Amino acid sequence: MSTLVDLVWLIPAFPLAGVLILMALGRRLGEPRAGWLATAMMGGSFIATLLVFIGLVGHEGDERETVLTLFEWVPAGKLAVDIGFLADPLSITMALFVTGVGALIHLYSIGYMHGDADFSRFFIYLNLFAFSMLMLVLGDNLLLTFLGWEGVGACSYLLISFWFTDEANASAGKKAFVTNRVGDWGFLVAMFLAFLTFGSLQYGEIFFDVESNGVAAGTASAIVVLLLVGAAGKSAQFPLHIWLPDAMAGPTPVSALIHAATMVTAGVYLLTRMNPIIAEAHGWVPDLIMWVGLGTALMAATIAVAQNDIKKVLAYSTVSQLGFMFVAVGSGAYVAAIFHMVTHAFFKALLFLGAGSVIHGMDGDQDIRRYGGLARLLPITSMTFVAGWLAIAGVPPFSGFWSKDEILAYAYGENKVLWVLLLATAILTAFYMTRLVLMTFFGPPRWISGDAAGDVEAGDAVGTAAPDKAAPPHRHPHESPWTMTIPLVVLAGLAMVAGVFNLPFTSDVHFLGNWLKPSLFGNEGHLPFGGGTQWVLALVAIVGSLGGVSAGAAVYIRRRIDPARIEHPFLARAWRIDEIVTNFMGGPGRRAFERTTQFDEQVVDGAVNATGTLIRRAGSRLRVSQSGLVRSYALGIAIGAVALLAWFISRAGF
Amino acid sequence: MVTASWYLILAAGLFTIGAVGLLVRRNPLIMFMCVELMLNAVNLTFITFGRELGDIGGQVSVFFVLVVAAAEVVVGLAIVVAINRRRPQATADDLSVLRG
Repeated sequence: MSTLVDLVWLIPAFPLAGVLILMALGRRLGEPRAGWLATAMMGGSFIATLLVFIGLVGHEGDERETVLTLFEWVPAGKLAVDIGFLADPLSITMALFVTGVGALIHLYSIGYMHGDADFSRFFIYLNLFAFSMLMLVLGDNLLLTFLGWEGVGACSYLLISFWFTDEANASAGKKAFVTNRVGDWGFLVAMFLAFLTFGSLQYGEIFFDVESNGVAAGTASAIVVLLLVGAAGKSAQFPLHIWLPDAMAGPTPVSALIHAATMVTAGVYLLTRMNPIIAEAHGWVPDLIMWVGLGTALMAATIAVAQNDIKKVLAYSTVSQLGFMFVAVGSGAYVAAIFHMVTHAFFKALLFLGAGSVIHGMDGDQDIRRYGGLARLLPITSMTFVAGWLAIAGVPPFSGFWSKDEILAYAYGENKVLWVLLLATAILTAFYMTRLVLMTFFGPPRWISGDAAGDVEAGDAVGTAAPDKAAPPHRHPHESPWTMTIPLVVLAGLAMVAGVFNLPFTSDVHFLGNWLKPSLFGNEGHLPFGGGTQWVLALVAIVGSLGGVSAGAAVYIRRRIDPARIEHPFLARAWRIDEIVTNFMGGPGRRAFERTTQFDEQVVDGAVNATGTLIRRAGSRLRVSQSGLVRSYALGIAIGAVALLAWFISRAGF
Repeated sequence: MVTASWYLILAAGLFTIGAVGLLVRRNPLIMFMCVELMLNAVNLTFITFGRELGDIGGQVSVFFVLVVAAAEVVVGLAIVVAINRRRPQATADDLSVLRG
């Protein structure tokens, strides 16, 4: 019965095998066979996930949780950590879209990375990333999740600075790594605290302990807040979101896979996984998660309005959508968070891959002010991109509508102000995505030689990620090869219909909600109002998204308002947060670090050096006693023997 | 009647001669012989007490001492010969190159 679920170890084993084979033979395989091997490994992993999924569906609802322990990893006193996989609805849902979307993006990369000198190195990293991500998702304890967490961070670093000869790419990689480190600190301390409190790092044991013995609200709050720091780092939430837009320096498939669809959702996954602890925390903790998410969503949406780099728009949009997921987690709507994560994975991967296809067609140019009128020249890309646009804008019946609407409904139940601000974010989302689509695919072509050259210069100072090839004077935009368009078509199909995973009408069609129930331990929130209110809310959401779309059309087609008035420099500079961070770290931060260095050099090093000096001085005094005269040594021994004898005799007390 | 104390007095005398000889003589070979004298004084004490107390342990200890002494003689005499080859007529006090 459970044989299929026991295949769970195969899921990460496939990409790991891919890494090892490519490390040994990658250069000899060359292009494109290295890419096909990596893609085949991801395909195998996806099939393994499907088999495990089928196995889980065969189980009864409450028994859909299997732990497969391979071996004991860290046996250290009370701390015993196993390499074990947890196959439950939540982890398998994650694994399904990680491997599925991952396989498509691997396929796409074969076309996108064509002609790159480091073709096989790219696929080593991609497979290594997939392996780490699957360990993160499938690990049955916090430490194994942390292993994957660090692994995806390292792969992210390697892939952002994949073209490391360019200074900007290398420093973007460093920025991502360092910013994530702040978050990792939170995760680590949360892990220590969890071990201190529960005596175990295994999810099952922690949750059992919480259920049977309970946990102090203060401890639970501390753990959740620290985990939130970690999640904010990985999932690019304020104030640790600054790395994600810069991460777009990496190759576009990387942006799609790591910085949109999978890795950045790890924070949401972690918080969802730890839902029993959140349930035990003080009431302000979920509120904090919610408001962090809302603030990030709204801020990133306003920034996205004023970006001119096609990938930066999508990057800020990703930050904003992750904010939506945090709002969902904070309001107890874990199902909505996972649902939005899945639909977002589809449409955001699609949008990024579409953007990659456009960039590919435009010979590396990423500035949307030099695009325009590409719909005719890139038919498949533009059709699929439009599908992604409608999905993210929340136009029914595309997938984004269903998931976003569910989050909005829960936000309404939680707090009306929250709902209004979130709705405003959704409208902004529709607006900036409309802007992006219109400027890229419609309107007059602005890439014909010399055209619009004048008003482009100002933007380059703001947008980084300069095109990696020098812009030729005249372009010939062209459609991409089939390895790139097939993933686009598949993802577009999914982005259109993924809403059926979780329809809101009756509880029977609430498929994802029913499926995830065993992983949520009854901590899923409930809407405090009936179906009527839900219909009204959905209508408001539809009107909002259509309003956003038509506002975008009004500004960017009919030119009712001058776009320059909307694209405020303050927004284009991302609220100057980078400057603030730079100023802080360059000023007080730097001084604090220097103080720390001083302490290290003088106090810590001083103590070590003083010990050494003391012993050396004592030695140089004592060396005089070593005269080299054998007879004086013998005398010393004789005196010592007599003294000892005298002592023993005096003790014996004759 | 020769009692155990006779043997013990003889052993103490031998030991004292050995110890004083070790401290006052400078010829390495003589010092070496003094060490042997001390060892054999100890052996005599062992045997005396072993016989007096009816304990075979005393004799066993003597064999250990003999074995160790034999090993020591092998190394020690080799050193003495080596020293005499390099520096004839050297006394123990001359050999102080390892002083601190």
